[in-house]
Amino acid sequence: MSTKASRFSARLMLAPAVILLLGWMLVPLTLTLIFSFQRYLPLRGGFQGWVGFENYARFVSSSAFWPAIQATVIIVGGVLLITVILGILLAILLDQPMWGQGIVRILVIAPFFVMPTVSGLVWKNMFMDPNNGLLSHLWRYFGADPVIWLSDASMLSIILIVSWQWLPFATLILLTAIQSLDSEQLEAAEMDGAPALSRFWHIILPHLSRAITIVILIQTIFLLAIFAEIFVTTQGSFGTRTLTYLIFQRVLESQNVGLGSAGGIYAVILANIFALLLMRIVGKNLDR
Amino acid sequence: MARSVTTQRKTLNTALAWGIGLVIFFPILWTILTSFKTEAQAIADPPVWFFFDWTLENYRVVQERSNYNRFLWNSIIIAGGSTILGMIIAIPAAWSMAFVPSNRTKDILLWMLSTKMLPAVGVLYPIYLIFIQLGLLDTRIGLTIILMLINLPIMVWMLYTYFKEIPGEILEAARMDGAGLREEILYVLTPMAIPGIASTVLLNIILAWNEAFWTLNLTAARAAPLTAFIASYSSPEGLFYAKLSAASTMAIAPILILGWFSQKQLVRGLTFGAVK
Repeated sequence: MSTKASRFSARLMLAPAVILLLGWMLVPLTLTLIFSFQRYLPLRGGFQGWVGFENYARFVSSSAFWPAIQATVIIVGGVLLITVILGILLAILLDQPMWGQGIVRILVIAPFFVMPTVSGLVWKNMFMDPNNGLLSHLWRYFGADPVIWLSDASMLSIILIVSWQWLPFATLILLTAIQSLDSEQLEAAEMDGAPALSRFWHIILPHLSRAITIVILIQTIFLLAIFAEIFVTTQGSFGTRTLTYLIFQRVLESQNVGLGSAGGIYAVILANIFALLLMRIVGKNLDR
Repeated sequence: MARSVTTQRKTLNTALAWGIGLVIFFPILWTILTSFKTEAQAIADPPVWFFFDWTLENYRVVQERSNYNRFLWNSIIIAGGSTILGMIIAIPAAWSMAFVPSNRTKDILLWMLSTKMLPAVGVLYPIYLIFIQLGLLDTRIGLTIILMLINLPIMVWMLYTYFKEIPGEILEAARMDGAGLREEILYVLTPMAIPGIASTVLLNIILAWNEAFWTLNLTAARAAPLTAFIASYSSPEGLFYAKLSAASTMAIAPILILGWFSQKQLVRGLTFGAVK
């Protein structure tokens, strides 16, 4: 049993973390909220009065808004689709008996540790460059015209780069989940003559469903915020301007802080929808 | 009963997995190889693979031309500093919630997690403004604080899940033997918690090293870490693939090595204990 004194000191030990995170959350968020109701252009006259919800209305009615939502949805959806499907297949493969399993795992996981600016630039220049990139060499080898990846297939390129970074994450988590599967159950099914596909469908996939949900939620939260990959490749041009990038441009590039802040509040709300879903799952896990 | 696996099937698995593994790893391998080529070899068509005159020239040029060591040093200070600072705050918090839980502990944990979900771009301008006001823009201390704050929830969570696994009876026994709070933490808890603490440190160094939103937006010439330094290669002049590769290899090598040691912790840390 904990004594009153130890309970008090425990609260004291918790306090710095709580206070810091509370400050980190409340102070900037409150400022963003305040700015979002202002006409505020730091480089062109500064504060120019309160405008109510005008910024919110202008942000969603601007011609850049819907394309940005579309780009965000396509990128997040595309990356999720690729990483989850390939991640499941790869996790099942890596779970099979083989030689050099540890080394293969290392090879597969490695891209996750590459910093986003490096992976963006390596793909942009050494693979997707239409003149000197490796992919253009490959295309020419087969007698085809090289694709100008980052302008003609800009969305596909970004999805490819980001998927390469996140496939290891999905694979690693799904592999961890598969390894906790009771292998006797699988063996029994195998001996009963259940074909591989039905074993996958009726045993493996249901077992993975929770891990898949977690992968989707966590990746969604991180993918909604991808920045560096776009910053070093297309800079938001050729239809790759996501919501995050649009807000960044409004706030720092064109220094329209009021408008950008309204966008920021939209982004916070959007992220919170997914965060709530994730926390319900994580929270259930805490009770066990 | 062990599953009988035919050698044939094992061979097939091995070939397939190695093939896919090498494809996924290839961009990194290619970057490392290119860093030892001359600029002409780097863009040669057909590409040169292993048989070229390996040279360290690019590494020398990158170091000389760009003051690479300063960016490296910034990365080390920022990633290391934010991790140490964060641990000083996270260890007591996680200890407190794991061993003296109250009925609000779960809510506090989930709320901490929710701060991690806050999209950075939503608070970009306020932070930028606060940084200008306090003179923190383009300083290592400013970035250290920000990275500590964004990773603090992960640190607390990870430590919490590790501490939770330490049986409470041991602590009670120590208390019964008259150990005070200080002795309890120093002699009983710490030795048992060291693996969890080490894992948390490792994962956070990786996350801080690779963080690329705040490092790009809050630094310029002085405090820029490697993430920002590499981004300066996005507007290149002339032939530069080999130099980009050398700079990239140097920037990712330390973390690749650390990362390989931390695969398991990565799962626990990034799923907030939901998948172990």
